[in-house]
Amino acid sequence: MRVSELASKESPVSSPSDAALQYVITAENLTKRYGDVTAVDGISFRVPAGEAFGLLGPNGAGKSTTMKMIGGVSQRTSGSLSIMGLDPEQHGPEVRAHLGVVPQQDNLDEELKVRDNLLVYGRYFGLPMSYLKPKADELLEFAQLTDKAKSKVDALSGGMKRRLTIARSLINEPRILLLDEPTTGLDPQARHILWDRLFRLKEQGVTLILTTHYMDEAEQLCDRLIVVDKGKIMAEGSPASLIREYSTREVLELRFGSERNASVGAELDGIGERLETLPDRVLIYAHDGEAALEQVTARGLRPVTSLVRRSSLEDVFLRLTGRSLVD
Amino acid sequence: MTKKAELAIQAATTAAAPVLRAHSPEVSAARARRWGAFFYAEQVLRVMKGYGWTIVMYGVGQPVAYLFAMGVGLATLVQANGAGVFGGVSYLTFIAPALLISSAVMTAANEFTFPVMDGFKWRRVYYGPHASPLTPEQIAGGQIIAVTVRFLLQSAIYCAVVALFGASPGAWGWVSILIATLAGLSFGLPLMAYAATIKEDRGQFAMVMRFIVMPLFLFSGTFFPLDTLPLGVRWIGWISPIWHGTELGRVVSYGYEEEPWLTIVHLVFLLGLAAVGWVLTKRQFAKRMAS
Repeated sequence: MRVSELASKESPVSSPSDAALQYVITAENLTKRYGDVTAVDGISFRVPAGEAFGLLGPNGAGKSTTMKMIGGVSQRTSGSLSIMGLDPEQHGPEVRAHLGVVPQQDNLDEELKVRDNLLVYGRYFGLPMSYLKPKADELLEFAQLTDKAKSKVDALSGGMKRRLTIARSLINEPRILLLDEPTTGLDPQARHILWDRLFRLKEQGVTLILTTHYMDEAEQLCDRLIVVDKGKIMAEGSPASLIREYSTREVLELRFGSERNASVGAELDGIGERLETLPDRVLIYAHDGEAALEQVTARGLRPVTSLVRRSSLEDVFLRLTGRSLVD
Repeated sequence: MTKKAELAIQAATTAAAPVLRAHSPEVSAARARRWGAFFYAEQVLRVMKGYGWTIVMYGVGQPVAYLFAMGVGLATLVQANGAGVFGGVSYLTFIAPALLISSAVMTAANEFTFPVMDGFKWRRVYYGPHASPLTPEQIAGGQIIAVTVRFLLQSAIYCAVVALFGASPGAWGWVSILIATLAGLSFGLPLMAYAATIKEDRGQFAMVMRFIVMPLFLFSGTFFPLDTLPLGVRWIGWISPIWHGTELGRVVSYGYEEEPWLTIVHLVFLLGLAAVGWVLTKRQFAKRMAS
């Protein structure tokens, strides 16, 4: 099976023999319907321990719904799902005890102080205060929030709240961390701090499952990912292998002005391997972007701006679905 | 899982790692299954501590205002005209249990409405514990436990204040603390189930206050015996947790005489309403959180 091949090749903790590979999550034909709407449409994947596994797709692709099923808070319509060998529908509390969850929307208790949020959350796992107090301090340090310990949650910035939510999700020392759009709405600096923290967790062997509609996030953090659209898996693999398979090495981005972008397409015919016309720009997929640009200018075309860049997951998504990731 | 097995697992996990270690997920799950509602109650009580003064003032300030206005001011007028109606006790003694019960019901109208909306919608605080080993039923249960603690505390404070006013309750007077708590739950739990169905705040809770709580407060034999009302409105009392609670409160605080079967009806009514409310609340919490 392709999934296991990829996993054994690319998972950082994988052992040479496939049999020794331990899957912490196994989903087979996972489906979720709300009335007539099929949010998740028969997806299958397996995640070995220690892997950073991503679900990449636009809003409404079914990523969050999948996360809720993995998190044992939403019941599937059909298919099978196993987390640490347990069915979350039959062993909800046991499955959830294994997990750390960072939801898409913060749901911190704003009436409690920063540190108290961690203590209270730890109590849900029946953890004693003798463990929780030093652990809370350790996690505040990790989240770079030590000097905010006694502040009200209200007083924190968006990035700080996110980091507190991540600290909270680690209070029970989970081996699997679910992160639903962890950096949506954060400024670039806050995102980088957060990525750094997630990297550290990865180094400690924590399995990360994250959804994102940011291709750079997926490229930075994920060992392997599935591209999801309309509840279905469009492709799967490591970021590099997906780019290799579905895109060229480089991309030439040309802007001819919004009126000309569409009409100029025919004149560019034959340059590069593939052409993609978007409302605001034209993309030429080519192994050598600079060479493609020379060909464009040789044909007497004068774009307003031109840019040569490496292919990204955004291009993979465009190729697979004909649409951009972020609307 | 037995306590022994739980300890064994914990011992095994702590022995393996001498540094700060959480107990195993199995232990977490076993503890959450058994004590989860109390874990959540702890959280709600911590939040309540933040507005502890409001609770004390609600327990002391409001009843004192009523007792002073009604039990002292109005009483002089009432007792001069129809003291016999109140079964031979002072007007203060007559309304003291009613104010205790009403105050619990009004607290219920607050604690089982806005915080529920806050949990599901405004700040979504229920969804934090929802991702932990706790179940939706336990989250609902935890909130109920915490509010029950508030009922008990507030009612105890009230009883102490009433004693200072001179309406000293009889030997069984302390039981009225439990009755007030039960009345609060019998009104509050069906309301909690309703609050959990609300997706959009269009002033429903203010309507509940104005058109349910206030009429119940006024027509539940609070300030005058229910049978002085015409039959046309007396039914309000019959379906009112405040009336059933108040009558029970009068029985235990000053030996108010009523048919024993009626006492049983009061109890069964209050317990029944609370039980129905609990079942509906559990169901609604599970349904809403799974969606």
